Amino acid sequence: MLQCDYTTSQLDVLEAEAIHIMREVAAEFERPVLLFSGGKDSIVMLRIAEKAFWPAPIPFPLMHVDTGHNFSEVIDYRDRRAAELGARLVVASVQDSIDAGRVVEETGRRASRNRLQTTTLLDAIEEHEFDAVFGGARRDEEKARAKERVFSFRDEFGQWDPKNQRPELWNLYNAKIRKGEHIRVFPLSNWTELDVWDYIRREGIEIPSIYYAHTRKVFERDGMLLADHPVTNRGDDEPVFETVVRYRTVGDISCTGAVQSAAATVEEIITEIAATRITERGATRADDRSSEAAMEDRKREGYF
Amino acid sequence: MDILRFATAGSVDDGKSTLIGRLLYDSKAIFEDQLEAVERTSRDRGTEYTDLSLLTDGLRAEREQGITIDVAYRYFATPKRKFIIADTPGHIQYTRNMVTGASTADLAIVLIDARKGVLEQSRRHAFLTSLLRVPHLVLAVNKMDLVDYSQERFEEIREEFTAFAAKLNVTDLTFIPISALHGDNVVSRSENTPWYQGTSLLHHLENVHIASDRNLVDVRFPVQYVIRPHNATDPGLHDYRGYAGQVYGGVLKPGDEVLHLPSGLTSRISSIDTFDGPVTEAFPPMSVTIRLEDDIDISRGDMICRPNNKPQVAQEVEAMVCWMSEAAKLAPRTKLTIKHTTRTARALVRDLHYRLDVNTLHRDESASALSLNEIGRVSLRITQPMFVDDYARNRLTGGFILIDEATHSTVGAGMILESR
Repeated sequence: MLQCDYTTSQLDVLEAEAIHIMREVAAEFERPVLLFSGGKDSIVMLRIAEKAFWPAPIPFPLMHVDTGHNFSEVIDYRDRRAAELGARLVVASVQDSIDAGRVVEETGRRASRNRLQTTTLLDAIEEHEFDAVFGGARRDEEKARAKERVFSFRDEFGQWDPKNQRPELWNLYNAKIRKGEHIRVFPLSNWTELDVWDYIRREGIEIPSIYYAHTRKVFERDGMLLADHPVTNRGDDEPVFETVVRYRTVGDISCTGAVQSAAATVEEIITEIAATRITERGATRADDRSSEAAMEDRKREGYF
Repeated sequence: MDILRFATAGSVDDGKSTLIGRLLYDSKAIFEDQLEAVERTSRDRGTEYTDLSLLTDGLRAEREQGITIDVAYRYFATPKRKFIIADTPGHIQYTRNMVTGASTADLAIVLIDARKGVLEQSRRHAFLTSLLRVPHLVLAVNKMDLVDYSQERFEEIREEFTAFAAKLNVTDLTFIPISALHGDNVVSRSENTPWYQGTSLLHHLENVHIASDRNLVDVRFPVQYVIRPHNATDPGLHDYRGYAGQVYGGVLKPGDEVLHLPSGLTSRISSIDTFDGPVTEAFPPMSVTIRLEDDIDISRGDMICRPNNKPQVAQEVEAMVCWMSEAAKLAPRTKLTIKHTTRTARALVRDLHYRLDVNTLHRDESASALSLNEIGRVSLRITQPMFVDDYARNRLTGGFILIDEATHSTVGAGMILESR
């Protein structure tokens, strides 16, 4: 970190900014929570939280909205990492929301629990009275995200109003809310996908194995490779084949596509991403393909 | 590799979106699926060319109305630097967005249409850049292809703008003749402007010296959070008491004598801690944890500085304020919440001295209130002392936000001029 001319590398600047944001939240909110899915962005966010409060433990719990359609490798990783840190992990279950009649499961071949997560998330925020919710979203991911604040205000219905956002100047964040409202906080707002991978490499952080190349039974749907699994509802017209793939993002099995890749190390993943010409969400997320404003609409409702 | 944050100001007509689109495209920051989506939309609308401005219009309302409403952040990198663009709309009704984007910028690009020359809005953009103390200003004279790459036209604009800029606080001003549409002088120098001896825009962005823009002289460490592990299993941590924060100015080293505000007590830094181990120096923008040799009662909102170099301890401040509320106005007797560094208090507007016309710089001393997007000089009285510097000396210890006590909206941005 130290150089005689007092310049700071881009990862150090981004890390310092994210630590500042986390400490600001810990200082100004009563009940923050960090959304931890075991995906690469939340993994980086968790490392930042470790650094921000060291040598004290992270002063807030972790929460995962579990659709029940997650990759088992990722769930194992999630539980292991939370245990290592001695952190309290709250699991909010979409299955429970379905069983309680809060949401109705989609039907058909393309049925996904992606959209149902929003209700589970908002119910959990209300139940636990969380007032600040850390998310790993980045502005480079998607164009609706490019205009989101670091401290993003949500009303008592969890809704985001993109036309009525609080101006955010310098490094001053407005944390004022009323009971029932909350703030979504995005410490990695200014990171790009490549920054996240560079940081994972620099820090030597372990990541779930599905990010690395592995052999998997897949089939093609809408130009994406989906895992052959009960929740993807593979039809007879969708032939299964075995190939070497890896996952560029980690989401639900039902809507997250794999990419053909031989990248078996973080270095190889970085080389691959630096050369790629397709965004991570465009390559691998069926949920963003439904319309041009798919993300904006889901975010308005209270999505991550 | 370091980071350059820059703001762009201008309207779609100035070719701002085309310029950003070109920077992103030529640096390979635009991906095929994004370009395909834009091409598809352009086709659906019957536009003959690929409308690169669609790349930067994120929200449905913006696409429907063909305008940019909000600040959008874009990212690209070259082997030399990572860039963060704060893309701000240029119209006067979005002054607050430009102020927001400029608040964190190292550099601002103001676009001028070579055919139209220096317009009212160009002057406004330059003034806001100067008000927010963005250290570097680039005047990109765009659409040079439409004036036959005329050196004479470029020089005319340069002279006119230079004369105007003399009235502002602009320390580094660079003029670049470009054509965003054709790429002249954007990424590489153009053969169409042999009379131009300067560098391309991207070359300038990659090489402009920003390391000296930070204040490395005045030590300012606002305490953000107190770290006390209370760890029962590790006796070594039982008495640990660290002051976490980000360095806002100066260079701190273990052994340095420091002064604590508001107590006025002095102590020495015993160590500067990070998760990755202790460090021998801390400087902006590092986030660290400081431990002191003496037990002083220190909490969030306090300031650690040097005994012979302190910020002003002020309850009365003079500031330029940009008002950002659509609903409320700022007038004498208005009560607000103020957030400055890590300290939050209440503020009372004692006086509004004048409203500044952001186009002409005329001071209207008869103004009785500030409305949305208006800028004026105010006196504030604050319920507790703040540790402030002139904004010109340090943007982080000189800037503050004002929050409406009823709606909790951020309604104002302030820059401290002097304090008592």
